[in-house]
Amino acid sequence: MSAITVEHISKHFANARALDDISFSVGRGELFGFIGPDGAGKTTLFRILATLLLPDKGMAIMNGVDVVKEYRKIRQDIGYMPGRFSLYTDLTVEENLNFYATVFGTTVAENYDLIKDIYVQIEPFKKRKAGKLSGGMKQKLALSCALIHKPSVLILDEPTTGVDAVSRLEFWEMLKRLKNNGITIVVATPYMDEASLCDHVALIQGGTLMTISTPSDVVKTYPWNLFSVKADDIFSLLNDLRKFPDVHTVFAFGQSAHVSFKEMNVEPGSVKRYLQDKGHSGVKISVAKANIEDCFMELMNV
Amino acid sequence: MYNPTAENIIVVKDLVKKFGSFTANDHLSFEVKKSEIFGFLGANGAGKTTAIKILCGLSFPTSGKLSVGGFDIYKEREKIKKNIGYMSQKFSLYEDLTVFENIRFYAGIYGLRRKVIEERAAGLMQKLDMKEARDKLIRDIPLGWKQKLAFSVAIIHNPKIVFLDEPTGGVDPVTRRQFWDMIFEASRDGITVFVTTHYMDEAEYCDRVSIMVDGKIAALDTPENLKNNYVAASMNEVFLKLARVKIN
Repeated sequence: MSAITVEHISKHFANARALDDISFSVGRGELFGFIGPDGAGKTTLFRILATLLLPDKGMAIMNGVDVVKEYRKIRQDIGYMPGRFSLYTDLTVEENLNFYATVFGTTVAENYDLIKDIYVQIEPFKKRKAGKLSGGMKQKLALSCALIHKPSVLILDEPTTGVDAVSRLEFWEMLKRLKNNGITIVVATPYMDEASLCDHVALIQGGTLMTISTPSDVVKTYPWNLFSVKADDIFSLLNDLRKFPDVHTVFAFGQSAHVSFKEMNVEPGSVKRYLQDKGHSGVKISVAKANIEDCFMELMNV
Repeated sequence: MYNPTAENIIVVKDLVKKFGSFTANDHLSFEVKKSEIFGFLGANGAGKTTAIKILCGLSFPTSGKLSVGGFDIYKEREKIKKNIGYMSQKFSLYEDLTVFENIRFYAGIYGLRRKVIEERAAGLMQKLDMKEARDKLIRDIPLGWKQKLAFSVAIIHNPKIVFLDEPTGGVDPVTRRQFWDMIFEASRDGITVFVTTHYMDEAEYCDRVSIMVDGKIAALDTPENLKNNYVAASMNEVFLKLARVKIN
């Protein structure tokens, strides 16, 4: 039995379509990522799963239980971390944790093992008010609170947004450990590079799922001829590449540009000569392997 | 574009900012050159926002010598404010005003004349391909448009420097790149860009990058040199090597 099954869920707000016929399933103990920008529908979907919002159409089953009909059961069974920091900022770290444990009819001591790895990192600040914590510490406290009743499913809405690269990395290491404890995790993120850390990813945009697959299969489906190009002047490089005949897409990737052609017979040498004729120096070109971001942009179809 | 012989548009010497016993900025010293895209990176809580507020003339340092756009941070704060632009992901445009009203409001604050405002607004609508959105409320336009418009509005008065505080958070990857095209263009036009981001691939678009750790500048160089010096394949690795040890 899968941990989560969602079938044909749609949700509208006034005139805006937030979710359009979404279906997917998440296996037990799986780490499942929803990758997409703001406004893609991630939060709406997660709020439906967390029993905080009713879908217009479709249904969602979690651990065999319907999220609408038996929402009380679901609430005991899930840990939900909303996108916006939602703990009590005027309570201390310790008080927040005790509060959430009590609300779920348990104690911090009872499930301490589960949160220990995470909580020890903020324990030195346990007397500090939650509102006075740094971004990375807030996130660790919020995760501890979401875990304190030992949920079987964790729903994390953009836990790493606005968080620095170090804290992001550490957060994903924590998720890996939780997954090894058998907890099913669904996580939303706008960071494409986090996709590779998931078992399955769903790429979401404008309320529709563009693809669901393993991260390695997503990149295998990239259809075009892709090159990575470097030159000393990246801004002119991008502009000149866009004028190259029959070019499909040109996107900056750090200090390189990824350029794609639908024609498979484009030679890197001809691109290089074209750029040198345009006066570029330091031109280097090589065949590139598409990453998740290349695939996402291709699927956005712009 | 980074040109080591260009004029220093920002000069920071021994900047210290304390809040009680806590030192948020601990003797920062650096210069930013005219037209440069300067990446100002650091972990959450490293002291970036504190430093930016000081550079924008919104907060006084505890000690140190600073000039921004050629103006002294202690004596000429109002002149600094007129010569800089600012944009962040969190606050940029008024949601309950239309696109045009926002442009008129910001341009008006910077003292542009009505006729100039009309011209620049029309030019902007053309450039951003947003003509049909002119009279729409900001809350009703897509996030990607908002971000691009917010940037354009931040430089509508043609400032010497624009400060961008995590400008691309949450936007889709295509819009993020279009946004950087606008940054490159502004830099070409002579505007100095001072930018913070958590996207490490964006750090690579900067001419030079400084990385703050615990209130100090731990490294400052071109992305290329940083990667070579720290034997790292990407700026993400450089950042992790520098910042990881310091965070619990």
